[in-house]
Amino acid sequence: MAEQKPQADVIRLTLPNQTEYLGVARLTVSGIANRMGFSYEEIEDIKLAVGEACTNAVIHAYKGKEEVGFIHIECQVFPDRLCIEVSDQGIGFASELIPEQLTPIFAGRDLDDLDEGGLGLYLIHTLMDEVVIRSEAGVAVSMTKYVRRDGVAGDDWTNSETEV
Amino acid sequence: MDLFLKTTSQDTEHRVVLGGDIDAHTGPEVKETLMSLANEPGTRRLLIDLEAVEYMDSTGIGIFIAVMKACKQKECAFEVQKLSPRVERLFRITGLYEHIAIRKGESE
Repeated sequence: MAEQKPQADVIRLTLPNQTEYLGVARLTVSGIANRMGFSYEEIEDIKLAVGEACTNAVIHAYKGKEEVGFIHIECQVFPDRLCIEVSDQGIGFASELIPEQLTPIFAGRDLDDLDEGGLGLYLIHTLMDEVVIRSEAGVAVSMTKYVRRDGVAGDDWTNSETEV
Repeated sequence: MDLFLKTTSQDTEHRVVLGGDIDAHTGPEVKETLMSLANEPGTRRLLIDLEAVEYMDSTGIGIFIAVMKACKQKECAFEVQKLSPRVERLFRITGLYEHIAIRKGESE
């Protein structure tokens, strides 16, 4: 769990790891982003990134485990940014696998060589300003989006900084 | 919002209107519908209308790749039309835009 900054409002949501709750996760985050003053496009990008992180958790985290798991979403609302952490207590993954999954896909490849999966992490890195992924007891994806105001340059999605 | 899915068929041509949310929850139904149309004997054309799609994530991209592969094997034409700005953005970011056949202009 990320250390809380005193100036942040914190909103936590815990959902069963079932796909039927993915929409609830997206709606919650979009409501928070909306009241922070993000643009429509930015809100949709945040929704998509959170949707991808939650989908990864629901699909992969508790694979082969008997018990019902949970997906935790923590939103930290700062004056200038929204930090969202999506975490689970699932099986985790080898962190050396991550770079493989971050290749921009499809360009110059034949249809037969395209994979049907593995796009989630790439999209998260592309859509958010800062991304940190930890895999210890389960997986935690922390992602940050800055509110763009005059004089505060938010970077373009083609130019996002990533940290793995 | 939930999934909206409607198929209209004319001989060997199928048009599927997709709407609402396409994610890991609704994806299996979308994939099953499109794959069974693609694999139906004699299918010559599959046209997917995306105008009413409100949310789509990588689940949708994966479905389209699978269906495009199936259509290629069956020599069936696969096209999408009426992309919303959000869907177009997703197609462009992932690079699927370069691979997918997009029908421009008004439909029949």
